Amino acid sequence: MHPRTKFLIGGLIVLGTAGWLMAGSIKATAVYFLTPEELQAKVLEDPGLRETGVKVGARVVAGTVERDSSGKRVAFEMTDGKATYRVEYVGLIPDTFSDSVDVVVEGRLGADGVFRATTLLAKCASRYEAAPEGYDTAKVHEQYRATGAAPTDTASR
Amino acid sequence: MILVGELSLWIALLMCAWSVTLSFAGGVTRRPELVASGERGLYAGVGFVVLASAGLWTALLTSDFSLRYVASFTSANLPTIYKISAFWGGQAGSLLFWCLVLGGYAALATWSNRGRNRELMPWVTGTNAAVLLFFVMATALASNPFERLDWVPADGRGLNPQLQNPAMAIHPPLLYLGYVATAIPFAFAIAALVTRRLDAEWLGAVRRWSLVSWVFLTLGIVMGMWWAYVELGWGGYWMWDPVENASLLPWLTGTAFLHSIMIQEKRGMLRKWNVTLVVGTFLLSILGTFITRSGVIQSVHSFAQSAIGAWFAAFFVLALLATIALVSTRLRDLEAQAQLEAMISREAAFLYNNLVLVGIAFSVLWGTLFPILSEAVRGTKITVGESFFNAVNVPLGLLLLALTGIGPLIAWRKASVENIRRQFAGPAAFGLLVGAALLVLGIRKLSPIVAWTLAGFVAGTIIQEFWKGVGARRKMYDESVPRAFARLVARNRRRYGGYIVHAGIVILFAAFAGMAFKKEYDLTLKAGESATVVDPYGTRWTFTSEGLSEFKALNRDVLTLALRPEVDGVRLPLITSEKRQHRDSRGAPTFQPSTEVGVLSQQRQDVYVVLAGAIREDAEVRINFNPLVVWVWNGGLLMAIGGLIVMWPAADRRRRQVGYVAELEPQAVGAAS
Repeated sequence: MHPRTKFLIGGLIVLGTAGWLMAGSIKATAVYFLTPEELQAKVLEDPGLRETGVKVGARVVAGTVERDSSGKRVAFEMTDGKATYRVEYVGLIPDTFSDSVDVVVEGRLGADGVFRATTLLAKCASRYEAAPEGYDTAKVHEQYRATGAAPTDTASR
Repeated sequence: MILVGELSLWIALLMCAWSVTLSFAGGVTRRPELVASGERGLYAGVGFVVLASAGLWTALLTSDFSLRYVASFTSANLPTIYKISAFWGGQAGSLLFWCLVLGGYAALATWSNRGRNRELMPWVTGTNAAVLLFFVMATALASNPFERLDWVPADGRGLNPQLQNPAMAIHPPLLYLGYVATAIPFAFAIAALVTRRLDAEWLGAVRRWSLVSWVFLTLGIVMGMWWAYVELGWGGYWMWDPVENASLLPWLTGTAFLHSIMIQEKRGMLRKWNVTLVVGTFLLSILGTFITRSGVIQSVHSFAQSAIGAWFAAFFVLALLATIALVSTRLRDLEAQAQLEAMISREAAFLYNNLVLVGIAFSVLWGTLFPILSEAVRGTKITVGESFFNAVNVPLGLLLLALTGIGPLIAWRKASVENIRRQFAGPAAFGLLVGAALLVLGIRKLSPIVAWTLAGFVAGTIIQEFWKGVGARRKMYDESVPRAFARLVARNRRRYGGYIVHAGIVILFAAFAGMAFKKEYDLTLKAGESATVVDPYGTRWTFTSEGLSEFKALNRDVLTLALRPEVDGVRLPLITSEKRQHRDSRGAPTFQPSTEVGVLSQQRQDVYVVLAGAIREDAEVRINFNPLVVWVWNGGLLMAIGGLIVMWPAADRRRRQVGYVAELEPQAVGAAS
C-alpha cells in the first residue's frame, strides 16, 4: 500500500475517533439554552421537560433577590419580559451577581414551577464595558446633581 | 494632546488608505517610486496611530472625564498603573491598542525587509495597511475612545475591581501582541499567493513572526489562566469559556504551522497546507475577536454587544473570500515537490501532529459555535458543557503528548527498526516505570495514569537528547556540564529551544492531570474555631480561623478572613481571603462587591481559600486543594522561554557549530538545526 494511503487511513481513524467522541459527548452533555419564554412554551409542549436539565438566560428582576448572608444561597426571579420564573440556587455566588444583571442558570424546573439552579453565571453587561448603548446621560446627570455622587453602575441600566 | 490624538486617528485613516492604494499599485506596475510612497504612507499612518494612542493615554492619566471612555473606566483615585492599563480595559481603547500593536508590527515588517523580499514587499505592506485601515476605521467610526460626554462628571466610574489585578494589566496586551502578530504572516501569505512565489522564501520571512505570535499567545493564555484562577474564585483555571477558547484556537493552528513549516523547508511538502494554516490562524484571531466582542455567544467574559461585531463579521468574510479566490487560482503553484515515503517517519509524525492540533482546534471551534449552529439548524440554542470539551480533547491531547515524544526523534523519510529501538527503548521504559510506580502508589484513575506515563516517556526522550548532546560536547571540547549545556542550546537554538518548549508541554500536561485529584470542602468557622480536612495526598490539615476583620484601603472597604493552616503540628503562613467593596473618591460604592481568594502555593498543591460570606461572626469558607497548579504556571513559562530561544536571532552565524548530530539514517537530512 502506498504510504500516503496508509497515512490517510490513519488520519481517518484519528478524525473518526474524534468525530465519534464529539458526537457522543454532544449527546451526553448538550442542554437546551432557552429564554424563559421558550422554556414556558417547551414545558407546555412537553411536560417531561420539567426535571430535565436546561440552561436559561434571563435578566434578574430588580428587588427580588433574597440572599442568605452565608453567601451560598440565593433566590430571585428571572425574566425576559414575557415569562418569569423564580430561581433558587445553592453554591458560591459570583461576584458579578446583583439584582440587575443578566444571568445564565443551569438546572431543572421543578413541578412547582421553581427553577432549581446548580450553576449560576452572572453576565454583567458593564463588567468590562460601561454602558455602551442606552447610556442615559440626562438621567445620569440628574442623578449626579441630586446625590452629588458619581454615575454608578446602576445608572447605566 | 487629546485633541491631537483624536485628529490623528482620522489622519491615520487617510494615510492607511493611501498606503493600501499605492502599495498595491506599486505591486502591479512594479514601479519603485509607488512602492516607496506606499511604505512611507504606512509609516506615517503608524505614526499617527502612535499619536492617537498618546492622546488617549494623556486623557487617562490626567483623568479627563469629559471623554466617555475615561469616565467609564477610571476614577480619580485609581492607582496609576491601572490608569495606564485602562487603555485596554474597555472595547474602544482595546481597539485602538490593537491598531497600535498592528501598526508597530507592520512598520517593523516593512522596515526589516527594506533590503529583502522586494518582490513580496509591496503586497505585504499593502495587506498590512489594509488590515490596519480596517482597525483604524472600526475605531474611528464604530467605537471611538475619544467620544465626548456632553457634561463632565466630577469622577469616573472606576475600573472594574476584577480588572484591578496585575495579571489583568499585562494579560490583554500579551494576548493582543500574539493575536495581532498573526496578521504579518497572513500578509506574507497573501503576497506570496499574489506573486506566485510560493517556495520556501516567504516561509523564511514568516517563521520568526509566527514564533513572535506563538510566544505572546502562550504567555497571554497562561497569564489569562492565572488571572481567572486568582480572580474568578471558582477554583480552577480553565472552563472552556468561549473567550478562553477564542485565544486557544489561533495558538493551536499556529503551533501546527510551526511544525509543518519544517516539512516544507526540508522536503517541499505541505505547501497548500502551510498557506491554509497561516491564513487560518489569522482568521481565527479575527473570529475570536468577533466572538468575544459581538455578544453572539453567551460568555461570562463577554464584552458588551455592540455594532463592532458586524464590522468584524464583514472583515472576516472579506478576508476569507479573498484568500479562497487567491488559493483556488494558484493551486498549480502549490503542488508538493515530494511525497510521503513511509508511515513510520518524521514526516508522518508531524502530519499526525498537525492533524491532531487542527482536530482539537476544530472540536473547540465546534463546541464554541454549537449554540449558533444548533439555532440555525434546529431553531433552538443548545449548548455543550465542559465535559464535551474534556471528552474530546483529553484523548486528542494525550495523543499529541505521545507525538511530542516521537516526532523529534524518529528519522526523516523512513525510520528503521534500529532507529526506533535506539531512540525510544530508554524513554519508553522510563514512561512505563512511571506508570507502574503510580499503580503501586494506588492511583486508579485512567487518564492521569496515561498522561503521566506519556509525560514520563516524552521527558525521557528530552533528557536523552540533552544527555547525548552534552556528552558529545564534553568529549569534543572538554567543557563542564553547565557550559556544555548552555553552548549546546545556544548553538542549536531551533532544535534545543524546541525541546525546552516540549519540556514545558510535558510539565503542563502532568499538571493538568493533577487536577483530576482536586478536593473541595465547605466550612463554617467562628473566630478561634478549627476544622480538620484531608488533602489529595492523604495529609490532614487543620484550619483555625483567626476571625474576620474590617478595614478601609485607598479605594475600597475590605472584609477579610484569616485562616491558620497547620499540618502535623507545624504552623504554616496565614491564608487570607477578602470581600471588597470598591468606592469612588466621594465614597459612593462602585461595582458589586468582589472576592479576593487566598492561595497558599506549594510544589505539590495549592490551598485555595474563598470567603463566600459571613453571618455575624460565622465565616463561610470554601477550601480547595488543587494539586500541581504551580506547575501549570511553570510549564507555561518554560514553553515561552523555549520559544524565545528558538526565536532569538543567531548572534554570529559563522561561529555556529553542530554540537551533536542526531543518529540518522545515512541518507537522511540533519535534524532541525
